Amino acid sequence: MEAEVTFRVDGTSHRLTVDVRTTVLDALRERLGNTSAKKGCDHGQCGACTVLLDGQRVNSCLALAVAHDGAEIVTAAGLASDGELHPLQRAFIRHDAFQCGYCTPGQIVSAVGMLREAEAGWPSAVTAGQPADGGSGGSDGPTVGILTDDEVRERMSGNLCRCAAYANIVPAIQEVARG
Amino acid sequence: MRTFRYERASTTSGAVALLAEAPHGAFLGGGTNLVDLMKLDVARPDLLVDVRRLTSDRVEELSNGGVRIGAGVSNSQLAADPLIRRRYPMLSQALLSGASGQLRNLATAAGNLLQRTRCPYFQDVTTPCNKREPGTGCSAIEGHHRDLAILGTSPECVATHPSDLAVALVALDAVVRTEGPDGERVIPMTELHRLPGPEPQRDTVLRHGDLITAIDLPPLAFAACSYFRKIRDRASYAFALVTVAAAIDVVDGVVRDVRIAFGGVAHKPWRAIKAEELLRGGPAGEDQFRRAAEAELADARPLAGNAFKVPLARNTMVRTLLELLEGPR
Ligand SMILES: Cc1cc2nc3c(=O)[nH]c(=O)nc-3n(C[C@H](O)[C@H](O)[C@H](O)COP(=O)(O)OP(=O)(O)OC[C@H]3O[C@@H](n4cnc5c(N)ncnc54)[C@H](O)[C@@H]3O)c2cc1C
Ligand code: SF4
Ligand code: FES
Ligand code: FES
Repeated sequence: MEAEVTFRVDGTSHRLTVDVRTTVLDALRERLGNTSAKKGCDHGQCGACTVLLDGQRVNSCLALAVAHDGAEIVTAAGLASDGELHPLQRAFIRHDAFQCGYCTPGQIVSAVGMLREAEAGWPSAVTAGQPADGGSGGSDGPTVGILTDDEVRERMSGNLCRCAAYANIVPAIQEVARG
Repeated sequence: MRTFRYERASTTSGAVALLAEAPHGAFLGGGTNLVDLMKLDVARPDLLVDVRRLTSDRVEELSNGGVRIGAGVSNSQLAADPLIRRRYPMLSQALLSGASGQLRNLATAAGNLLQRTRCPYFQDVTTPCNKREPGTGCSAIEGHHRDLAILGTSPECVATHPSDLAVALVALDAVVRTEGPDGERVIPMTELHRLPGPEPQRDTVLRHGDLITAIDLPPLAFAACSYFRKIRDRASYAFALVTVAAAIDVVDGVVRDVRIAFGGVAHKPWRAIKAEELLRGGPAGEDQFRRAAEAELADARPLAGNAFKVPLARNTMVRTLLELLEGPR
């Protein structure tokens, strides 16, 4: 079965007919020629395919395109505006936060989504993880400025890096988080 | 992936009617489990009825002081909800201990409860598995079963249910509201998932075409001091070896009430009824907690590769209750 879908990808609208089995990741890469998001595992385990879908980070390899008709999608390629790299992109370069680079677009998009979540006061297993908060169920959520490294690692645990560049990824994200 | 028909309905009854006519169809939530299993050829639906945006995405207070969770609420939204964090912190902690930020943004509350086991043979169509293909045998009993069940197993299947959320809901005595071809039902969470017995292909008591519309949490004042502890092989982003969801109400050293459930030990979230009964009305302390845990786990029948889970479950329960007792640090 085929279905017609429309997406706005990195600011540009597209209308296309897809086989209903097509994931958002395959629609981006195979149909729209946007190879920014990468296919690592194709099973939701690695995070290389992370995109922002209507503002939230998701694994595009498990999202069926037909189920997200009309969505606004942002890939790492769409983060730069007017040729100016996004602060997280610049921080990744400055901190040498990659080796082969395969996981990098997913890491950067995920970090963008993650910082928005933290800013909105969303808890993580680190902030909400203790019984000691006596029923408040966690603080009212950290402000971005006080994310600890443990917190960044926890919130970014859905993005694997086979080159193990984690030691530089965390400081790169922290530089932006701490402003 | 095999092909399928994709449909959306404008009403829940419309969605139920669509599936009632398709014996091999399935509802689609966020797709984080179903689409994965379709890629693996483990799930082969010929119709997907997308209900992610059809069912409610709201968390609302009920007039009885409880809380209603719409089936379509995302796992992240639910974990971050102020009412949930204040009144049922273990529920928020359970969600946050599972999957990843990206997955929780896609996953729905209903889909989380109905995710299938992570038994490696279930996911591998080249191996025998009674749950995937009844009658073919269980590869895990003589194979890799380190992560699998120690309680309530059958000679046919030793799988565990992977949902962390379900464990917290079972401890809280939540109920699931469904709409199906035979009308609406209210199913206690403690009865939603079943033990494998001779029919491991059935994870739950739901019938084909039953749509989960909401999950209701009863008021439970002492759940404001509750905790979900997850033991796993990595610090983050791993399924459970053992989990404990617990809330305890202690007044003058006496246990007035207590709720305990284990995850990672059985085909269903395991409510520790025996332990709760032993503890209720008695003194609160490490010895009592240990005896209660031992009584609950007395029926455990581990396999060679997962006997470690028995002391692990005991210790996790004791430690979790002790920490709740200590209260705010
Ligand atoms: C890498 C990885 C790690 C994970 N780690 C964890 C973990 O640590 N802990 C944990 O608990 N989970 C974990 N998960 C599982 C994840 O939580 C589930 O995949 C998710 O919650 C399923 O929700 P969904 O909406 O995407 O469901 P779907 O995949 O859409 O559906 C799952 C099932 O529910 C049915 N369904 C969906 N909605 C309804 C409804 N309203 N009524 C009736 N039936 C319905 C579908 O037909 C299907 O059978 C992990 C998943 C991945 C991929
Ligand atoms: S434990 Fe259950 S799911 Fe795993 S192989 Fe045996 S029958 Fe299949
Ligand atoms: S490719 Fe999507 S998570 Fe690995
Ligand atoms: S930089 Fe190579 S996988 Fe991360």
